[in-house]
Amino acid sequence: MTNLQNLLKADKITIARAITQVENGTDPKLLEEIFPHTGNAYYIGITGPPGAGKSSLVNAIVPKLLENNKKVGIIAVDPTSPFSGGALLGDRIRMNDLALNENVFIRSMATRGSLGGLASKTKDVALVLDAAGMDYIVIETVGVGQVELDIAQVCDTTVVVLVPESGDAIQAMKAGILEVADILVVNKGDRSGADRLILEMKFAFELRAHNTDWHNPILKTTAIENIGIDELVSTIKSHKEHLEKSGKLEIERKNKLTLRVNELIEERIKSHLHEYVIDQKQLKKMIDKAYERKITPQYIIDEIAKKIF
Amino acid sequence: MSKDNWKEKFSKLKERDINFSNLSKIKINPLYTPDDNKDFDYEKDLSYPGEYPFTRGVYPNMYRGRLWTMRQFSGFGTPKDTNNRYKYLLKHGQTGLSVAFDFPTLYGKDSDDPMSLGEVGKCGVAIDTLRDMEILFDGIPLEKISTSMTINPPAAMLLAMYIVVGEKQGVPKEVLTGTIQNDMLKEYQAQKTWIYPPEPSMRIITDILEYCSENVPKWNTISISGYHIREAGSTALQELAFTLANGFTYVDYGINKGLPVDTFAPRLSFFFNSHLDFFEEIAKYRAARRIWAKLMKDKYHAQDPKSYLVRFHTQTAGCSLTAQQPENNIIRTAFQGLAAVLGGTQSLHTNSMDETYALPTEKAVKIALRTQQLIAYETGVPNTIDPLGGSYYVEALTDELEKLTYEYFDKIETLGGVVPAIEKGFFQREISRSAYEYQKALEKKEKYHVGVNIFEEKENVEIELLKIPEEVEIDQNKSLKNVKQERNNSKVKSTLIHLRNAAENGENLMPRILDCVREYATLGEMCGTLKEVFGIYKEPIIF
Amino acid sequence: MEKKIRILIGKPGLDGHDRGAKVIAAALRDAGFEVIYTGLHQLSESIVEAAIQEDVDIIGLSILSGAHMTIFPKILDLLKQKNAEHIIVIGGGIIPEEDIKKLLKMGVKRIFTPGAPTNEIVYYIKSIIH
Repeated sequence: MTNLQNLLKADKITIARAITQVENGTDPKLLEEIFPHTGNAYYIGITGPPGAGKSSLVNAIVPKLLENNKKVGIIAVDPTSPFSGGALLGDRIRMNDLALNENVFIRSMATRGSLGGLASKTKDVALVLDAAGMDYIVIETVGVGQVELDIAQVCDTTVVVLVPESGDAIQAMKAGILEVADILVVNKGDRSGADRLILEMKFAFELRAHNTDWHNPILKTTAIENIGIDELVSTIKSHKEHLEKSGKLEIERKNKLTLRVNELIEERIKSHLHEYVIDQKQLKKMIDKAYERKITPQYIIDEIAKKIF
Repeated sequence: MSKDNWKEKFSKLKERDINFSNLSKIKINPLYTPDDNKDFDYEKDLSYPGEYPFTRGVYPNMYRGRLWTMRQFSGFGTPKDTNNRYKYLLKHGQTGLSVAFDFPTLYGKDSDDPMSLGEVGKCGVAIDTLRDMEILFDGIPLEKISTSMTINPPAAMLLAMYIVVGEKQGVPKEVLTGTIQNDMLKEYQAQKTWIYPPEPSMRIITDILEYCSENVPKWNTISISGYHIREAGSTALQELAFTLANGFTYVDYGINKGLPVDTFAPRLSFFFNSHLDFFEEIAKYRAARRIWAKLMKDKYHAQDPKSYLVRFHTQTAGCSLTAQQPENNIIRTAFQGLAAVLGGTQSLHTNSMDETYALPTEKAVKIALRTQQLIAYETGVPNTIDPLGGSYYVEALTDELEKLTYEYFDKIETLGGVVPAIEKGFFQREISRSAYEYQKALEKKEKYHVGVNIFEEKENVEIELLKIPEEVEIDQNKSLKNVKQERNNSKVKSTLIHLRNAAENGENLMPRILDCVREYATLGEMCGTLKEVFGIYKEPIIF
Repeated sequence: MEKKIRILIGKPGLDGHDRGAKVIAAALRDAGFEVIYTGLHQLSESIVEAAIQEDVDIIGLSILSGAHMTIFPKILDLLKQKNAEHIIVIGGGIIPEEDIKKLLKMGVKRIFTPGAPTNEIVYYIKSIIH
């Protein structure tokens, strides 16, 4: 329990350790303990293709979020190498301005096999930061080049960052962008092609049939020079206000919770199945038979299902 | 006997089981013959020394006239410590000076800056104000020696200090000879010493080009450096291609500023590495001369033949030295120095055996200097010009490197040129990958490094090392404090304001920097002023 | 699930020679470690703060500038002040034998000099963590 108290006091070593335990699944009780203390932070997602300047954008917006003595937790996700299982986590390089701020906690995460823009434990790690009293939690996705839909299932406001150079890549991901972007940012806005990209995206948003009263704003920034950052932060805040006033925040958070609970049920069932129901040796034998076309895959499934139903 | 005959005999014989390729991954044949130089045209591809395209050398007489300048890079501790070392080196036959600055100076920070903690005087000499520069060159007549200064973001300030020291010695700036490195492009790519973003850095560089072409005509304004690209892990080919691409970028910027190419191109010089693979290095220097001459003539339409010349300094490869069996480094360095001389270098630094441990001792530096003196006075190598010219192997390798360099130029072009390619991390990624591949090749024993992965020995050899006392930092800060008390602080302030205005309105910065220097403004104050206008550079994340 | 080894590779001070740090970072990744790379020109304070927040097992510092006798003690001291002495500190760079002995005495766990093979470093780290 002292750990929980230290965590609630935002002691950095305790937070860091708790995150490791959540990430490694070594203390299943921990999430139980902290859950009642979560739900207070506002979650902001930053996603976009590689080279869009996501980390620079985080580095630029966080100082504004910190105003009025607020606390900000940052989770930066980078890919795990599928060959070695290792990862190079370099997003902090871009966030050095924040490194020594008392009210900022930055954690890098490797995807560890997850295929989307987040690690499978990112949501739980965010809960730790939430319980530790962060007012905002900023999550930066991997940025593998496709739109990472999972971010929108975690965050209240999702910001999609593009750069004029993303050109061709955008065509392929346009539908996805339209789906997840509460706010669209064209970063490196001083480069040629920025205005054309903005027009193009405006047009795409307009074409989309929507019955929402939030008109997805498109903003231009140059993160490393701090240009357009004030406007971005105030847009994030007005999106927050919009969600709160319209009652959507509650609805969406309940949806997210439902989604999460369903996910966890599936995970639980899956691991139960593999640990207690399916006899791996027997399965292997049946696979051998199926390979020889003596039985069918459907037969195997029926055999296993018999044990459950 | 026919070639086929030899081929057949050769194929029946045993070959050593190693990877026969050089460090640029060019496959090396067992034998080169006239067939490998089939399109060879002596007048066009080689010509005579001092004649276009200068493959055989930039001067008609080369070392028959004058040997290369023996220039040992050196600096440590306080300006007084380094002044003593310079006098020692000059006494032992060194013919030019080459200043190594400490890290705070290289980054334009004062010795009392929090980031300078522990770094003052460690890797070079600490310079904060004109006062330090006066001490550094005390008793050294600037009209008689040439000085090379390895300095990049604050190059303008250090040059200004040198000019003012000259004035005080009664030496007009028109006769000063020497070099400032002033090559920011390779900093973003490899050496990572930066302050401002690339565009303002390029503006400062072109200001220096303009100022020097009118006022310090004998000064080498940029030393376009492959050395650091190589040390950061590139191959010889990448060193060659990236260095020349950077050189052409400076030419582009100079021309865009409105300077006629022949007013500044003759003052551009180069700085290359000399690494382990002997013939590859020699071919690299020869290819560099030919490529530069061709493009300066055909693409940039320079008229002055001096604009065609790759005059270069060489330093042996620091990254090839080993902590294991350090005496072997003397021999390694000798081979590398020999390659540089066979490649026609204009000046040479030979590394000392102890540099994987610390800055070199006096004894180690003397052996390194003697190494070049042996090449110069005992081997007979300098007695004929480009002795390897016409070697089937060296000519084929020179052609191959030239061809592959053009391929890199095309790649850089498609990325939008050197500066955009830096922003996209192209060079950084290429260099990091080569460094990692080389390390892996060593660990898999595809390449050998004596003492490291072959002929290893268990016990360590004890060698004597140079120690920089911790008092250096205290002494330097004391003298900085004194200068700040003695100078006219209101004058300093007003010269800094003028510098700031010049930075904002685009006028040439050099005269303003000279004003600041004369009032003993510190390096940190001048660079800090420019930082307010130009902003600071942040590195992209590249692995 | 096997515990992932997390290591921070830092370049403290003004030294810009990042070839070694990057080669090591890539080699450690290829050995299955999670490597946090903080980039160039870091204050000791930032490195320690990052190491704490990232809950790394080890800090690996690369110093080629000769400032090792200032920076290593400072890092060790900051770790102590922040109750983070459980984080192991190792290093590499241009560091004379005499100084290595002193640093080991102060609490630096191991110093690698130029030419150390990356697999030796990987093996060493695995041996002290597991």
